[in-house]
Amino acid sequence: MSFLIGENMTGGYGGADILTNCTIGVEQGEIAVIVGPNGAGKSTAMKAIFGMLNLREGKVLMDGEDITKLSPQARVYKGMGFVPQTSNVFTSMSVEENLEMGAFIREDDISETMHQVFDLFPILKEKRNQPAGELSGGQRQQVAVGRALMTRPKVLMLDEPTAGVSPIVMDELFDRIIEVARTGIAILMVEQNAKQALNIADKGYVLVQGENRYTDTGKALMENPEVRKSFLGG
Amino acid sequence: MESLINAVVLLLNFLVVPALSYGSQLALGALGVTLIYSVLRFSNFAHGETMAFGTMFVILATWLLQSWGVSFGPLPTALLALPVGCIATILFVLATDRLVYKHYREHKATNVIFMIASVGVMFVMNGIIRFVIGPEDQQFFDGERFIFNARQFKEWTGLTEALAIRTTQVITVVTAIIVVAILFWFLNRTRTGKSMRAYSDNEDLALLSGIDPAHVVRIAWIITAILATIAGTLYGLDKSFKPFTYLQLLLPIFAAAIVGGVGNPVGAIAGGFVIAFSEIALTFAYRKFFAYTLPDFLVPDGLAQLLSTDYKFAVSFVILVVVLLVKPTGLFSGKTL
Repeated sequence: MSFLIGENMTGGYGGADILTNCTIGVEQGEIAVIVGPNGAGKSTAMKAIFGMLNLREGKVLMDGEDITKLSPQARVYKGMGFVPQTSNVFTSMSVEENLEMGAFIREDDISETMHQVFDLFPILKEKRNQPAGELSGGQRQQVAVGRALMTRPKVLMLDEPTAGVSPIVMDELFDRIIEVARTGIAILMVEQNAKQALNIADKGYVLVQGENRYTDTGKALMENPEVRKSFLGG
Repeated sequence: MESLINAVVLLLNFLVVPALSYGSQLALGALGVTLIYSVLRFSNFAHGETMAFGTMFVILATWLLQSWGVSFGPLPTALLALPVGCIATILFVLATDRLVYKHYREHKATNVIFMIASVGVMFVMNGIIRFVIGPEDQQFFDGERFIFNARQFKEWTGLTEALAIRTTQVITVVTAIIVVAILFWFLNRTRTGKSMRAYSDNEDLALLSGIDPAHVVRIAWIITAILATIAGTLYGLDKSFKPFTYLQLLLPIFAAAIVGGVGNPVGAIAGGFVIAFSEIALTFAYRKFFAYTLPDFLVPDGLAQLLSTDYKFAVSFVILVVVLLVKPTGLFSGKTL
């Protein structure tokens, strides 16, 4: 049983089901990646795990505890961090204030966590007093990830963290994400750049039309000729 | 040379000083409008009435204090009564939020519905105010009228023109500076203030960060009630308290908030002064000023007044329309709370 698992999830945003019997799990210290064609329900699967849509069937377990009925906010308190794909920073607030707001639920001293985030993303330390809205796309994503890390989550969920950034910045971001995973955090992410993402993934989920099509280690999926042909462009 | 100094004193006395105090009152009013707009995302039409409501309680408390023989020396007793007005207004707006706006928030109503609901609240408050204190003019100023008056100024300087500074004008400007400083400190330095800015910037992300929207909304109402009571009381001290005037104040206040860029506190303050200075500068009779500055044959025969003071509200309207046409986001766009 995985540390965080959405089991046999079925549901949608009211109306027709988008997910059918979909299962996604991730272990602590590992990276799990959800890939698949457009409209496969990748983001929906992640939102389901975070409680942003109602499941008709199936359940979500974290560390053995059933959290299916909890609101997204309650899941943040339980130790889940979520980085949305868009509008994921407070644009009018400084980088430092963004991080402070990330740690809003914490009552204790946050300076150490902020140091860790600055160590992870040195550029943010340099730009700490600049409004996040003035940063480049890649820097913004770093702020977004940093903000989510401020609660010291056990699970970090990233919705297409590399959308709209250059390939160099993408590699850089992936390196950072690996570093975060090494600290023992479970990372679940949805990615458009399937090849690069599977390269760093411990576990990969290929979704098609809201169902699990292939589930294996990232390496095995990369080597699977069918997956290569259909989803990775040969 | 002396006539030039006279001209400057004339402008100071009739234009700059009144516009500074009127601008401060508008700025405090516009700050309240902007705060509600950026947190609850609707234009609060009941804001003028909220100012009148707070002022009404300040007046009632002032009368009570006066009947007890309490006074604040040279300063108006109303300043001592301010906390009473603030608390009454806070309780009233929180009750309104619970009874009216909360319902629409739970139903995720669009902001137009909120706005119309606020018009309803405006009429209710309107009625309550007229029931309690009546529609007439109320004078509640006491204490020293002038810091220095026209005669004293003339004696000191020997000029023909005089500058008189009223106590209320100084109180208005000083209070406004203090209030604005506290507000900015709160928004930029405290955790609660920052969470308000975060909520106004990106509601969804604020929720993800564990910021409680109910708390943010409550704080926004409390601050707005305090700002409205202070703005209303300062206006009432400076001029007089008449419920209908407060209803009319809504227009310049909205104009101030929009000129500065709705949702931006710095803009609200700047907007307040832009509106106040334009209103007074455009309705000012310049004849005397020209008499001091121009050679005799150029001095106009008439008052040299661009607009009659009856049209002062038209000035806000025109500025509003021009801003909406030319720079709809306001002068200080791009930055929210």
